[in-house]
Amino acid sequence: MSDMASAQTAAQHAAGELGEDTVQVTGSVPSGGETPQQRDAAKTIYEKSKAGRRAFMVPATDVPDTPLDQLIPGALLRKDPAKLPEVAEPELVRHYTRISKRNFDLDSGFYPLGSCTMKHNPRLHERVAALPGNSRLHPLQSDSHAQGALELMYNLQHALGEIAGLPHVSLQPSAGSHGELAGVLLTKAYHEDRGDQRTKVLTPDTAHGTNPATVTMCGYEVVKVGTNPDGGVDLEDLRAKADDQVACLMLTNPNTLGLFDPNIEEIAKIVHDVGATLYYDGANLNAVMGKSRPGDMGFDIVHFNLHKSFTQPHGGGGPGAGPIAVSERIEPFITRPQVVMAESSNGDGPRFELDYDRPKSIGRLRGFQGNYGVFVRSYAYIRSLGAEGLKEASELAVLNANYLLARLKEAGVAEYLPVAFDRICMHEFVLSGAPMKKDLGIRTLDLAKRLLDHGYHPPTVYFPLLVEEALLVEPTETETKETLDAFADAVADILREAKADPTIAQSAPYSTPVRRLDEAAAAKNPVVRQPL
Amino acid sequence: MSSYTAATQQDIEEMLAAIGVSSIDDLFAEIPEGVRFDRALDLPAGKPEQEVFAELNALAAKNTSADDEVSFLGAGMYDHYIPALVDTLTSRAEFLTPYTPYQPEVSQGNLQVMFEYQTAISELTGLPVSNASVYEGPSAVGAAAYLAKLANGRKRHLVSRGVHPHSRETLETLAVGYGTTMEEIPLSGGITDLAALKEMLSDDVGAVILQQPNFLGSVEDLAALAAAAKEHGAVVIASCDPIPLGILEPPGALGVDVAVGEGQTLGNRLDYGGPSFGFFAASQEHIRRMPGRIAGETRDVDGRRGWVLTLQTREQHIRREKATSNICTAQALNALAGVVYLGWLGKQGLVELGELLARRTAYAREALTAIDGVTALHSQPVVREFAVELDAPVEAVIARCQEQGVNPGYALGRDYPEFSNGLLVAITERRDRAQIDRLAEVLGSAIAAERGAVEVAG
Ligand SMILES: Cc1ncc(COP(=O)(O)O)c(C=O)c1O
Repeated sequence: MSDMASAQTAAQHAAGELGEDTVQVTGSVPSGGETPQQRDAAKTIYEKSKAGRRAFMVPATDVPDTPLDQLIPGALLRKDPAKLPEVAEPELVRHYTRISKRNFDLDSGFYPLGSCTMKHNPRLHERVAALPGNSRLHPLQSDSHAQGALELMYNLQHALGEIAGLPHVSLQPSAGSHGELAGVLLTKAYHEDRGDQRTKVLTPDTAHGTNPATVTMCGYEVVKVGTNPDGGVDLEDLRAKADDQVACLMLTNPNTLGLFDPNIEEIAKIVHDVGATLYYDGANLNAVMGKSRPGDMGFDIVHFNLHKSFTQPHGGGGPGAGPIAVSERIEPFITRPQVVMAESSNGDGPRFELDYDRPKSIGRLRGFQGNYGVFVRSYAYIRSLGAEGLKEASELAVLNANYLLARLKEAGVAEYLPVAFDRICMHEFVLSGAPMKKDLGIRTLDLAKRLLDHGYHPPTVYFPLLVEEALLVEPTETETKETLDAFADAVADILREAKADPTIAQSAPYSTPVRRLDEAAAAKNPVVRQPL
Repeated sequence: MSSYTAATQQDIEEMLAAIGVSSIDDLFAEIPEGVRFDRALDLPAGKPEQEVFAELNALAAKNTSADDEVSFLGAGMYDHYIPALVDTLTSRAEFLTPYTPYQPEVSQGNLQVMFEYQTAISELTGLPVSNASVYEGPSAVGAAAYLAKLANGRKRHLVSRGVHPHSRETLETLAVGYGTTMEEIPLSGGITDLAALKEMLSDDVGAVILQQPNFLGSVEDLAALAAAAKEHGAVVIASCDPIPLGILEPPGALGVDVAVGEGQTLGNRLDYGGPSFGFFAASQEHIRRMPGRIAGETRDVDGRRGWVLTLQTREQHIRREKATSNICTAQALNALAGVVYLGWLGKQGLVELGELLARRTAYAREALTAIDGVTALHSQPVVREFAVELDAPVEAVIARCQEQGVNPGYALGRDYPEFSNGLLVAITERRDRAQIDRLAEVLGSAIAAERGAVEVAG
């Protein structure tokens, strides 16, 4: 049955290949006409402003109406009001509703942006985050009046620790890169506590940009480690570079090529043998929940991206959260405050507290307790799925990725977009557009832009840097087989179209609210605010 | 168990066949046996949506929210009213569910919001360049210190004791990485001690870090402090509460180079501390040292106006170890709430709100300092928050007030041992005169009761 189905798919695809002379395009082509969105002149809210219009009505002054300069010296007072827009509520709502429609969003379409885990955002999470007990809770409310929040955080700490295989969790960091900052500072504190001054941090050449950027901010020198022909860490290079000046190796596993490094135990040994710590960039954790744990692999510090694996909506670029889990030897230095449980003496059951009394702590990296609203959503997700559901999510994420990869390895695609490392992938995979560029004259960028006309958000492009004309594809577990098939078909269509006429992709997109934008001009003469 | 996946058994079989493996486990064969996790995670079983809702609802109900008591807590986050349209717009899927606008042709909504937001922050701060958001307040202060380090390489940073304790602690934490040292400028009479600052300043000082209004609620004379710092070439950083900037002279007009701050008060929920957003604005000379995303205006191939992420050669994905910051995911949705909120307030509204706060705060300060056992901690001008000293143990007084349904504010002694019975009281437009009168009454009785208790015990 399943063999037949896949044979049928292959046959359909072959038929497409045969019919390559009659270009079948499902994405719209240049017609000369403009879409209504394109006709929209893109006025800013400031350009819709008119003196005297307003939405906000200030509450009545129910206290003495003292002239302001009797309360605050005139020299400290503002002379000219900030030029905020003057608009009424209907215009405000319409303005932002209209411009919202100039966005592509995950609810409307497939968004296989690699390294970003664009999985469905369950709407229950928005509802529970909005409960007044959560959304209207002041961060400095006394612990005794915030027991529900502290209990939730305590339980989330436990769950994340179990998933990571590392016992101690701080929820504080605000995103992945903030978790990295915490992790490298923890490493520094750990070494310095032992009287050990180290100078370097190793990052593979496949690492995400935040890894080396973080290293610099922590006062270490970045040393790059190469990648072997299988897409894993080059062990020889690692051995050569691992010395007693190395503080840490930052690694993603599966790495940014979507490949699980089978040498992970050896890597951990090399790193630990020189006394360095091993840092796990958890951006790719969605592949291995309940399947393999960073702590068991030998990692000392892990960050999570709750906006990736644990479904906090991405919000157009945040908010997120980047909790960390650490091993025993790192624990004394972890950020404060920590949420702890104390058995009450009067038999009332457990009490939860914020513990500030951590003398070796690196301190804090931000205000208050972290992005609690994100914790609520991720906790709801973990409670919904449970151990089984999390494991199933990872399994299906890996299945979907391998299936889509199989579809893209079919004739008509693979010649132009070969997989960079031909192995079983984890939750994502990397194709190289180098042959496509050479043989069809279209670049990965052109393919990405043409995908927009087909109604897809393109995969991540030009990352990882190691792969020429890279296309990093992450479908996630929440997409259907039908969606993956349709996407694979669209890629094949675009390549077929390019074979007949590469200029179509080269000038794409056509159907979007604006077409290709002049980024060079924007950077040359930056206009970063509305002149008023 | 809930699940958000759709694969049927038939789908799975077809997909495995297409891949050419016989089971899902085969897909994980690359994981060496030694690190395969072969038991179930020790987590409770998953549950259906309605049961998860019930569980989280019960947890939330254990918290005392700003709806459950009359709260005068501030100290960095404030209980302002959030207009309904903010909820409506931020919950639109088009804003809620995409990611960073890497594909500008299908992200114009998001990019235009960033551009409008940057404009609003630029207006508020009086500085020409704003980024599209950083995480939140104290980490924004930390990011500003890094900009100063990049700008002049000097290692001594001076930070006022009037800067939020969380910002100061964040600065201390990050300084270890930056290779800078933090020295504290003392307070005098509730404001940063200008004479002490002048003593501390020399040409090796890279940054002077201030807060407006400061943690005790005082409006600082930023112009004088900035002028002193500038004489020695230090970068002047001010962490600002954006709402008071409606009526206070903007930092950019007072010699401040980098203005940052906590954006929660602009249309974002309390959320027990986050997510909110941090804003980050600077003078033109620092534009290529800014952290984070910046939207810039340009044209498309057909000449249509549009926006892109710009000056990306500052950023980690391009410059890697040479980037001006490691920030990637920031707080776009929260910044959207911010710009919508500012549009709702409007040019006049922001001023009117600031005036109302100043008047109610003055009223509250007078009402509280009239109580037996309450004295002003300082007499500096204030906008929305003020500090008093109690002649009774402050934590016990707070607990008594909370029993009466009033949260009187923040106990300063937690961060300022020199003000062991200090109380920081915040006013928003949601706290009306009647509530302020109630605070005075409840606080007065609580202090009296505590003094009585102490006398009895004594
Ligand atoms: C592999 C990897 N590491 C780190 C990060 C940084 O995470 P964040 O954007 O949450 O700071 C990302 C995010 O895109 C990533 O893909």
